[in-house]
Order: sequence, then C-alpha cells, then structure tokens
Amino acid sequence: MIPGLLREAVARDGETIVYVARERLLEAMRYLKETPGQDYDYLVDVTAVEFRDRERPLEVVYFLRSLTRKADIRIKVELQQSDELAVDSVYSLWHGADWLEREVFDMFGITFRGHPDLRRILMWETYAEGYPLRKNFPLRGRFSRAEQVRQALNLNPEGHYSLEELSIAEAEGDLPDDMRDRLRRGERGVIPDPPAP
Amino acid sequence: MSKRTVELELATPGVDAAGRPARVPLTAAAEPDLGGEHLLLNMGPQHPATHGVLRLVVELDGETVVRCIPHLGYLHSGFEKLGEYRHYNQIIPLTDRTDYLSPMSNNVGLALAAEKLMGIEITPRCTVLRVIACEMSRIISHMVWLGTTSIDLGAFTPFLWAFQERERIYDLQEMWTGARLTTSLTRVGGLMADIPDQFVGKLREFTRTFPKTLGEIDRVLTRNAVWAGRTQGVGTLSAAEAINHSLSGPMLRASGVPYDVRKDKPYLGYETYDFDVVVGEHGDVFDRYLVRLEECYQSTRILEQALDRLPDGPINVDDPRVILPSKTQAMSDMEAMIFHFKQVMEGVKAPVGEAYVGIENPKGELGNYLVSDGTAKPVRWRIRPPSFINLSALPKMAEGHLLSDLVAINASVDIVMGEVDR
Repeated sequence: MIPGLLREAVARDGETIVYVARERLLEAMRYLKETPGQDYDYLVDVTAVEFRDRERPLEVVYFLRSLTRKADIRIKVELQQSDELAVDSVYSLWHGADWLEREVFDMFGITFRGHPDLRRILMWETYAEGYPLRKNFPLRGRFSRAEQVRQALNLNPEGHYSLEELSIAEAEGDLPDDMRDRLRRGERGVIPDPPAP
Repeated sequence: MSKRTVELELATPGVDAAGRPARVPLTAAAEPDLGGEHLLLNMGPQHPATHGVLRLVVELDGETVVRCIPHLGYLHSGFEKLGEYRHYNQIIPLTDRTDYLSPMSNNVGLALAAEKLMGIEITPRCTVLRVIACEMSRIISHMVWLGTTSIDLGAFTPFLWAFQERERIYDLQEMWTGARLTTSLTRVGGLMADIPDQFVGKLREFTRTFPKTLGEIDRVLTRNAVWAGRTQGVGTLSAAEAINHSLSGPMLRASGVPYDVRKDKPYLGYETYDFDVVVGEHGDVFDRYLVRLEECYQSTRILEQALDRLPDGPINVDDPRVILPSKTQAMSDMEAMIFHFKQVMEGVKAPVGEAYVGIENPKGELGNYLVSDGTAKPVRWRIRPPSFINLSALPKMAEGHLLSDLVAINASVDIVMGEVDR
C-alpha cells in the first residue's frame, strides 16, 4: 500500500495514475523505489500540468519505471491554485530529478523543497516576466516587444553569471562600483503580479 | 609582482666557457604554485566544441575541472507553450525543430502519442514505413554524432565519411517528404505521403553499401591509439549512477543497462524485428562510441527486414474525421468538403484524458506526454527530452577530468540544443 495514496485512475494509454497526498510524496516515492516487489528504480520524467479550468488544481506528475520488472507508474500530486505551490524534492532519491525539477520551477513556479540548487534553467536568472507555462502567462510574454529588447540589450554581466560563479572567480574586485553594489544587495528580477482575470 | 607571475630561470642548449657544446635541462627556479588559485573559464555559447549554443562555466584547478556549471536556454523557443495553442497536426512541424538531427522519428513520436490519446489504430503499411523513418533517423543522427565527435578529438577523415552517408539518407528524406530537415512526415492517423517509386530501391542500395563505410570508420577509429587514449576511461558512469541520473538511450546502455524501449516497451511492432540491444561494459566515452557504431549496424538490419515485409495498402486510417480528404474529393464531394473544412478550422478533437508514449530516439527515450480536456488543442504537451536529461549528468562526469576531456565527454552525451532548450 503506497503511503499517502488518495486515489487511483487509469490513463488513456493504460498506465496507472496514483494520486498522492502532497505531504507524503517523499515517503511514497521512497516506498516505491526501495520496497522489494515495487522496485521503481528509474525516474523517467517530472513535469507539471495546469488545466484551462482555473478551478482545477495544478498537477505535478512523476513518471516512474521499474527497469527490472519493466513496469511503469505515474504519480501525481495536486496543488491548489490558492495554496502555496510547493512539493518536496525527490532529488535525494534520484539525481536525475535535478534539472527536471528546476525546469518545472522555471516554467510553472512550483517550488521543490530540499532541492540543492533550485534556479531557473531555460530562462535566465534575472527573467522577470513570470512563469511561461502557466495559463495566465500570455503567449507573447508579459512585457512589450520593445521592453523585452531593451532588457536583453541592457543585460549586465551578472545576468550572464550566477552569484555563485562570480564568487568562484573572485571577480568582485574587478567589477564596477554600481554592479558590486547590486550584487551585494542580491538583486534579482522581480516577478510581477499576474494581471487580474 | 602579482602572484600569478612565475620567475623562470631559462637555460637553453649552448656552449660552455670552454667552447664545448653543453645541454642544460630547461628548469624552473621555482615550481609554479598554481594549486591554490582556481580559474573560472567560460566556454560557449559560441564555442564549436559545445555542439550548439550550450554554455559551460568551468572552474579549473590548473587544467583539471573542479566544477562544471552548464547554462542552457539560448535556443529556448517555448515549443511546449506553442503546442497548447495548436491542433495536434499543427504541432508536428514543431517536433521537426526539437531534435533537428532526427526529425522523422520526432514526428513519429508525437503522432504515436496523439493516436494513443485518440485511440486510433494505424494501418500496417504506415507502421512499417514509420519503422523505416525511425531507423533512418537513427543512422543520420549517429553519423552526425560520429563525425562531430571525431572532429572534436582531432580526427577529420571519419567526419567526411559519416557526413557523406548522412547525405544519402537526406536525399531519401527529400525524396519522401520534400524536405531535408523539416520533414513533418507524420500526420495523426497516418503519413503526409507514401514513399515514391524509386525509394525502396535506393534504400536497399543504401543498406547494402552503408556497412562498408561503417567498417572503414571502425577500422580507422576503434584501434586508433589516439582515439582510444582520449576516450577510454573518460567520463565513466557506473550502471547504478546512470540509472540514478535517469540517463537513457546509448548513454544508459554504454553503462551496461540493457534497456531499450524498442524491446522493453515495444511500439510500431518492434518486437517482431530481429535485432540486438547493444550494451557497453565500462560506461566511458569509448563504450558510448562502440554502442552507437554497433547500433548503426542494427538499424541497417531493421531497415532490411522492414523493406522485406513492407505491405501494400493505404497509409492513412479510413476515418474522414481524422484524415484530410484528397483535394480532388474536397472540391467535388460535398461531404468530403465539410470534413475538410471542419478539420482545418476546428482540428481533430481528442477525448478527455492523457497519454504518454516513449520511443527510442537516437539520443535516448523521447517521451511525448499529451493531456487533453476534450478540445482540439492539448492542455499540455510535454516532451521528455533525452539529451536534456543526459546532459544533466555532465557536471558529474566531467569532475576531475582535464579540460580537453570535458570536450570529449560533452561530445559523448550527444546533445542537440534544439531539444535541450526546446
């Protein structure tokens, strides 16, 4: 019996979908990975789904596979829109979750608690338009084309290096004053509030 | 004096005071102490050895990689977001542009997922033609990999041979679809076109002569001391690590895990073909090379079997709601015209639900995950990008190797940035 199991469903491709309580996700994943007879040792993919219906919760979807038993299972966690969008990271179980969870964070704004390096991955670090795959994000982005071009042209070197990398290089001494001040303040992009529906 | 400056006492061959020739070894007065100071090196996004617009920020201790931090997204095009605004058939041109080194098998992957979602059974001829498309893609993708990797490691000749073979497949692709790169071969429920008349003959000619080139590449590279020296024991991943990092495709098999979607979760009737799953032993760059080289032989075998069994019959399912009627029909038959109009304007509606289909792409397992809310456009289209996930193991593989090995390791992942960034 999977810990935190809420309900099961069958997808149109015949796979079993298991909905798990958010608080017990990590426990359920550890059970599936380590229990003999389950042996779901391979994490295929992590993604999220937001439905066009605003009332429906977001789903974080984990695709698991047992390489020995040649069986697949799909685990889902539902996140209410009104609630905090956060789940536990499964990085401790599968290192493959590293970039996959970063991508979900980048595209949906879902936080993975306990992830060692949760940064944007496909968008740049100072990207300030929000989370592209959310339904309230317009197809062409939040800012005007002119503003997007202006921001792209004005990117400073800290837009190209993370703070971590600049600290490796001990580059602080070589930076112009204003840039150093901005780094010290830990300046990042500001996420604007979604427009009122 | 900056601490980076090292004073060297240079001694060159010359004559001593008595006029006799003397050879004095070239020595440094002090061993340069570089151990304490790390260097941050930016490689890419315009570096030829990063295979596209990948950018690596590398922390170096001397020439040894201490840490490697990849930066992605320079080619991010938002395909998944675009897909939410398109009909299922309109998504197919987007898949060409993800892994643009094997466009035809991407097309097949998306069509299979959409058909699974809609519950469509494709025709026998279409199934075999799709197998041919997938294996042709595998060969061209592996040829690009082989050519570019050998260039990265300093061997120019195999590059020319590999690209010549790839060109022959591209000619076939052009014959079939009219495009070399943006093939858009499949449609939901079938294909955009049947193969032309001379296609089978030309493909048979290819499968007959291609192994000869593979043999030549094998002879030039496999026992080449430089090649072996630069690839063996470099970027090693054990089977457990490869599984833990969710690697797939040749990367996973080179580490000794015999998982191949074609065998273990068959699609397109792959279980009925006779071919071997190629498995490596050491999980290093050399084994990845061997696996990909042998996979080309296996793909040739599959192509031959597919050509032998290619049945006659229609390529599209007989369902006017899914497949567009021919132009002649649409212009002369009222009912056909209505179907044509509805498909173009409204698209093909998929029932509520979700479907995931993983196929064995040249780079690894390409997954297409479609979620539908009953309309003609998906709520969510997710590509499981094999080279993105394989690349995520790069920092782990590169640690402790030399900078020049980082180039070999990065090449061995076989990334294509269109798919990594999507």
